[in-house]
Parts: sequence; C-alpha cells; structure tokens
Amino acid sequence: MNSALSITKNIHDWLFSIMPEAAASIAEMVLIALVYDAIKLLSKELTGTTRADKFLYNLAPYFVIISSLMALSVFPFTKEFQAFDINIGLFFLIAVSSIGVIGILLGGWSSNNKFAMIGAMRSGVQTISYELSIGLSLLTMVLLTGSLQLSEIVEVQKSGWLIVQGHIPAIIAFMIYMIAGTAETNRAPFDMVEAESELGAGFHTEYSGMKFAYFFLAEFINMFIIAAIATTVFFGAWLSPFGITESIPMLGVFWFLLKALILVFLMMWFRWTFPRLRIDQLLTLEWKYLLPLNLANIVIMALLVWLNLTISF
Amino acid sequence: MKNEELQELIGSWSPNLVFTEEGSQYLNVTVPIEELHSIMSKLKSNDQTCFDYLFCLSGVDWGEELGVVYHLESTNFRHSLVVKTQTAERENPVIDSVYDIWATAEFHEREVFDFFGIKFTNHPNLKRLFLTDDWDGFPLRKDYEDNINMIIK
Amino acid sequence: METVTVNSNFKSEEYFINMGPQHPATHGVLRLLLTIDGEIIKKVEPDLGYIHRSIEKMCERDSYQQIVHLTDRMDYLSANINNEAVCLTVENALQLEIPERVKVIRTIIGELTRISSHCLWWGVMGMDVGALTTYFYGFRDRELLNDIFEETCGARLTMNYNVPGGLMFDIHPNFVKRVKEFITHFKTKLPEYDRLLTNNIIFQKRAIGVGVLSKEDAISYGASGPVGRASGYSCDVRKHHPYSALDKVTFNEALRTEGDTYARYLVRIQEMWESMSIVEQLIDNIPEGEHRVTTNAVIKLPKGEYYQKVETARGELGVYIISTGTKSPYRLKFRSPGFSNLSLLNHIAVGGKIGDLVATMATLDLVIPDIDR
Repeated sequence: MNSALSITKNIHDWLFSIMPEAAASIAEMVLIALVYDAIKLLSKELTGTTRADKFLYNLAPYFVIISSLMALSVFPFTKEFQAFDINIGLFFLIAVSSIGVIGILLGGWSSNNKFAMIGAMRSGVQTISYELSIGLSLLTMVLLTGSLQLSEIVEVQKSGWLIVQGHIPAIIAFMIYMIAGTAETNRAPFDMVEAESELGAGFHTEYSGMKFAYFFLAEFINMFIIAAIATTVFFGAWLSPFGITESIPMLGVFWFLLKALILVFLMMWFRWTFPRLRIDQLLTLEWKYLLPLNLANIVIMALLVWLNLTISF
Repeated sequence: MKNEELQELIGSWSPNLVFTEEGSQYLNVTVPIEELHSIMSKLKSNDQTCFDYLFCLSGVDWGEELGVVYHLESTNFRHSLVVKTQTAERENPVIDSVYDIWATAEFHEREVFDFFGIKFTNHPNLKRLFLTDDWDGFPLRKDYEDNINMIIK
Repeated sequence: METVTVNSNFKSEEYFINMGPQHPATHGVLRLLLTIDGEIIKKVEPDLGYIHRSIEKMCERDSYQQIVHLTDRMDYLSANINNEAVCLTVENALQLEIPERVKVIRTIIGELTRISSHCLWWGVMGMDVGALTTYFYGFRDRELLNDIFEETCGARLTMNYNVPGGLMFDIHPNFVKRVKEFITHFKTKLPEYDRLLTNNIIFQKRAIGVGVLSKEDAISYGASGPVGRASGYSCDVRKHHPYSALDKVTFNEALRTEGDTYARYLVRIQEMWESMSIVEQLIDNIPEGEHRVTTNAVIKLPKGEYYQKVETARGELGVYIISTGTKSPYRLKFRSPGFSNLSLLNHIAVGGKIGDLVATMATLDLVIPDIDR
C-alpha cells in the first residue's frame, strides 16, 4: 500500500516539476532517452503491409531523407565552413526541399492504407500551396541582395541584417516565411499530413523501425533547414550582432546555430500551443491571405529598393 | 398534468389500455401491441400530453412474455409516463418501431433486438449492435444458457 | 462483414474507412464505419460491443451491494455518481432515511468527480484538435482531485465509496482542508484554460458552427448533459429532479443555444465553475452525524419498479430496477448518457470534414464502457 502511494506521489511530483518550469535533471533524462530512442529505432523490426507496392514503399523514406540532407550542403556556417557555394544557392534550396513531398506521396500511396493515402494527398495539396509563399517571401529578400548566392547574401548583410535593412516589408516577409515554413515541414498547427487524432499517423502509418525514423529525422532536419534559411536570409547567417566577435571567425558557427535553434524553438512552441487547422482552413489561409499579401509585399519591397529607402549602417 | 388527468385523457383514446400506479413512482399504462404505434404518436403529438422525450427504452423478459418498457417525459410539462407492451410470442416476437417518433429509439431498439430478439417493424437498420452477427441466442432472456461464459449461483 | 453491406450503397467517388477500434480519436474501443467522399463524411455508423461485459445480466444474479461495484466500470470517469445512482434507487425503494451528512458528502464528491471528468475531457479535447499542452494542464489539475479521493476512499478512479444506506467510511480528516485548497488552486487555473484554448482563434475556427444540433433533435435523440444543454435544451437532472443535497444549493444551469461544438465546449467550462460553486456552498457546513445507516445484510427490495435518474458528467444516467422481492433485481437496466449521445453522431457529423468529426466526437465526450456496459 505504502509503495503504491509513494509511486503515485512521485508521478504527481514529477508532473508538477516538469510542467511549470523545466527542471535541469529532466534535461539529462531527455538526452539519455534520445540515445535509447535511436537504438530502439535502429533495432526494431521492419513491418509493412502485404499488398504494398514494395519497390515504391521502400524507396519513399530515402527520397525524404536524402532531399533533406542535400539541402544541408549549401549553408554558410561560417565564411569558410560552407560545402558548396553555388551561385543559385537559394534556388537550389527551394528546389531540393520540395522534392521531399514526392517521398511522402509515394509512401502514402504505396502503403496500401487508406489513412496513409489521405495523409499523402493532404501533404501534396499543402506542400504545393505553401511552396508559393516560401518562394515569394524569399524572393522579396532577394530584391534587396540582388543575388541568389548564399555567400553574397551574407556579404550584403555586413551593413545590417536584411530584416533591419528591409524593415517593414522584410518583417512581413519573415512572418509569412515562418508560417509557410511550418506548413512546409508539416508541423503543427499545419500537421494535416500526420494529424494523429484524425489519421492515426498519416502517411507513415505503415512504416516502422529505421524507415519510420527516416521520415521522423527528415521532419526535424527540415525544421532545421527552414530555420537555417531564415537565419541566412533574414538574420545575417554567421554574422555576430554588431560585429562583436568579428575577430574570431570560427565563432560564426556558434552564432549561426544559435539563431537557427531559436527559430527551431519558435516552431516547437507553435506545435505545443496551437490547435491544428482543418484542411480547408489551411488552404484558405494560403490562397486567400498569404499569397495576395505576399504579392503586395514584393511590390512594396521593390519600391523601397528603387527609392533607396532601405536602412543600412 | 397530474397522473389522474393523464389517465383520464389517455384512457379516452382507446378502451384497451390498462392503467396502474402500484409499485412504481410513475403512472404505468399497458398498451396492446397492435395499438402501440398509434398511441405512441398520439402521446407525442397531443398538445396536452406532449411526451417529446423518450428517456429509457428497456426490453424485459417476463418469463412467459417478452415486453418493452418505454419511459416518457414531457420537457414542457415535466410529467412522466411509463408505457408497457408485451407479446407472448417467444419464437418470433414483433413490435412496431417507434423510431419515427423519437429518434433515440433507433439505437435503443437495436439493443433490445440484440439482447432479447424482439424484432421491430419499420426499423431502418435492425441488426445486431453489440454482439457479432453469428451470435447464437439472446443473452438477456431468462432462458438463455451459456455454460462456458456464465457463472450461475 | 460490414464492408460488404456498406459497399453495396457506394457511389463511385465514395470510399469506406474503419475508424477504430484502435484509433486515437475514438477514446477507447469504439469502431466507426465511415463512408467518405474525399474529406467529406457521408455516413457514420458506430459498431459497438468491443468492451461489452453484460453488466445488466450480471446484475440479475448479484446482490444490491455487489451491483454498486459493477457500476464503477461503466462510466469510470464519473464512477462515484454511478455508485450514487444505484444506492439512491435502493434507498428510495427501501424508504431509508439517509443522514444529512451522507447526502452532503455524496454531493461534494459527485461535483468533484464532475470537475475531474471535465478536466480530463478538456485535456483530451485539446489533443483531438491538435493542441498538446492542454493534456498536461488537464491532467495536472485532475491529479490533485485523484489524490483527495485516494485519501478518503482508497481509490483514485473506481471509487466504490457509496453503499446502500450511506458511505463505506467517513471522510478523511484532511478532506475539507484539501478540497478548499483545490478550489483555491483551480480558480486560478481555469482562466488559464481559457487563455490557452478557449480564446484561441484556430480553435474557435475549428469549433464554431461545427456539428450543430438543434434543440428539437437534441430532445428527439435523447441527448442529455452538456450535449443537450448546449442546444438550449434544459435537461439538468440536478435542477429538475434534485437528489442528495442538491436541493439545498443554488447554481445556474449552464445553457447555450448555438448547439455547435464550441457551445458544448463552453457549457462544460461553465459547469466546472458551477460545480466549484456547489462544493463551496457545502464544504463548510458538512453536518455532523453518522456516515451510514445500517441495512440488512441481505437487501431485498419490495416488489415493484424503481427508476432513479442522476446527472453524471456526461448526462442523464437512469437506473431502472424491476424487483420481484428477491435479493437480486429481476431486471436492471442502465440508461447510459453516452449511448444516446452516440446515436446522434451520424446526424451531426455528416457533411463535415474528417477533422470536424474528430472535434465533434471530442465534445460528445464519449466513454466507451459507458456505452457498452
């Protein structure tokens, strides 16, 4: 009896300790749990439906994970620490990150599961719609830089981060970008694709073990990519605020990751706070509000650049 | 409306109704099976009775007969009435459905069909609700026997 | 089996999908056979029986004291109110004079059970529309109540605290103090619920105008509890047929007229406030006295029929006992609120999206063992 009481008391204390403020000891537990999770996913049996389209079913996770990893290659973590500095960097990023949706469609289609199918179809609709907003809001910023090359974009920001340089239209573009980016990565409040209370697990219902982990990892990598693009385009990538650590170039990695992780935190914050939208509301938001706003925003930004009304130090 | 007034009013509709208040907090009326549907729709539509809320529909196995008990309440006047009907037929008992009068009866009648085997005519979707379609017998009947799953003291 | 019958009714664009018995949104082993056109629900047909234990048949061989324990397992979230229903039926049949103390304690615990049930519902409602924090908030506050119950009756969920004739044992000395602490705590937390979910624009868009149930339909389908009251149908058993100490307290019946998901949500939030007010009115004046009157070891109800309705967290629970004068009922029927509330799901969900169905179902607040009995 006593031990039973103490167990419930412990659970109670634990719930109270983690909820209002995260205790430090929990952080350690979470780190260990991450390792366990990885081992669990690696060692789990790969199941699947009998009448699945085997080839496509197995191909889908690789589509998703490879396209995510490819996008990582062009980010300027510091001036030197950048794998590829191609002159169409931003275009490459948008192009590569939209390949992932093919993997999701394939996975949902080939699983031979109706819930997965609904999830995949929702994914197609959603990603294609929000791709527009992402592209247009980034295009707004390109008007300021005059270049798609990521190193060039960073170079321009030495006289002020673009979100400062472009002031009002840049802030609008940033907000649209973050909304569209959250939708693009299928995170709540736009997680129609998984919608665990509606579709079970959505497009990856039938995946297990490492294949599931690929989808899962890709989601988190995509989240980082969205944050990293925002960091590069709006917040000066590896540039330190007011140039305080300009003399130590390697600290650029720290600044880059800090900015990106703050944005990742923002997206996680969305996820835990907001309810999910319905599919028609999701499309209404994009086509009726974000897209017209975005188009108007581009015109305003073009005028700003033309009239030289940008702020630079 | 008081129970006496209800009894007087409803009693004037048909000579075959039997009223009793004995051993129950409500007024009870036993309706012959043929008149059930017409009496029931009158109970709902009459301005003075206006029994628009069917709050309980139970099947009962009286041993010889199978019966259905309807508990009715009026949300306007807050008076209640218990309507009972029964049939001596145990092999193929048939009672009119009151689904078209109170929509809640759809599920309750399916439950009664499931456990007592009473068929309701005009029911839109009369099939087993809880038990599997191939279940043998009707468990809530008094003569139901299941030597494996039932513990009888 | 069902697949075949549903298939024959198909149009070419429609398809059939099984929601449940293992599905996150059905909160238990409810199976819904959905006919869908794209995302739009064409037909919802519940398939029940996955957790049917035939409690009504078991009651026919059990003594009245034993029956009380079975009722815990129906609507486990308002276990104490279920117990109370059977006890009241037996006590009314025996015409026992129940001490005031028992009545007051029953009402207090009943209302606390309602708050606890609504806390859990609120958490799960948030989950169903995709907001995860609500779950933690709801369970955090519910945990305090479970601790209070545990201290007094030894159980956290299936309480078994009532017996025919009174309560199994007296309340714990800490009970009054801890309940007051809880009320003070919860009064600061309930506005937090509103800030997190009620006033959230996405939630409102998801809930307003979804799953509308008119007053006429609510009565016809036998809706009760918050589902009925959200449609403007005044169906609170506590108001119309007060039992235990509920005739001594004043409270407002939470009524709204919209009949949509959001109205059902607001009615439940309002009910938590009302329940707290009822508890506050009673907690300071629990009369002294016995916690139980002695009954015969073998209770035999006089020949006759007895019906008692109570208001559980989900709606009107009816206990219908036909007694022939023996130690067990001849027939016992539970009129469970969830069963009637489920029957109107098809009526209000058709025409909505899959997401609407989930939100609607969350506000019907179904507990499957209550439906399956």
